[in-house]
Amino acid sequence: LATIRIRLPQTIRKGDAIEVKTLITHAMESGQRRDAGGAVIPRKILNRFTCAYNGRPIVDMELAPAIAANPYIAFFIAATESGMLDFAWTDDDGTVFKESQKITVT
Amino acid sequence: MPRFENTRLSRRGVMKVAGLGAVALAVPGPPAQAQATKPGARQGLLDKLLGGRKAQAGKVELRMPELAENGNTVPVTVFVDSPMTEESYVKAIHVLAEDNPNPEVLSAHLTPANGRAEISTRIRLAKTQYVIAYAELSDGSVWSGRTEVKVTIGGCGD
Repeated sequence: LATIRIRLPQTIRKGDAIEVKTLITHAMESGQRRDAGGAVIPRKILNRFTCAYNGRPIVDMELAPAIAANPYIAFFIAATESGMLDFAWTDDDGTVFKESQKITVT
Repeated sequence: MPRFENTRLSRRGVMKVAGLGAVALAVPGPPAQAQATKPGARQGLLDKLLGGRKAQAGKVELRMPELAENGNTVPVTVFVDSPMTEESYVKAIHVLAEDNPNPEVLSAHLTPANGRAEISTRIRLAKTQYVIAYAELSDGSVWSGRTEVKVTIGGCGD
């Protein structure tokens, strides 16, 4: 199963634009590779990444096979209030990997 | 765009480039070349992403290493100069790698709540090429920036 890591700055002050760093384990099989017998290995990637901040969608990304294995995705949010960040990655097979991270704004 | 704008010559850098051999050093103007190989496909993709709008050069900063030894994982950061307020913000950032088998890399949809229009990830590059980022702004304008990355070992296929 996928291992997910989320990293936020240690201290977050109200009004700061802070960087949110995410990492998830996934092969991101591009569909371009061939196995030893010459057959194409079917594409299987995470094709979408989303993040919501206290329920409000804040980032929505479409990902292509050009994203490297074990996708690292970082972006910014304007820290306005404490609460929860909800992350979701969608696999080609329909599986959705989810993670939540508490955010404390001082 | 001057190709060696950001080049800092160090012994190490020179050795790396030397290691790439004449092929990499001889790369002349990849954008023209890339357009020549598959203009239709690329234009179609751009029309799909940008709705036929023309991009102006500027506002978009693409931070990548000049030389990627391993094309399987190349760091990229896209920064767009924008106040990210309700009145003026970046709605979307699209990243393309022209000479990959599929030029799409990612499309990121943002909101003023991001506070700063900057995203980072790691991408695959099949060969030496230009990576291009487009930014769609809330006023409907489209801006672009690009950077060349020299790739020693390609990151697609096997």
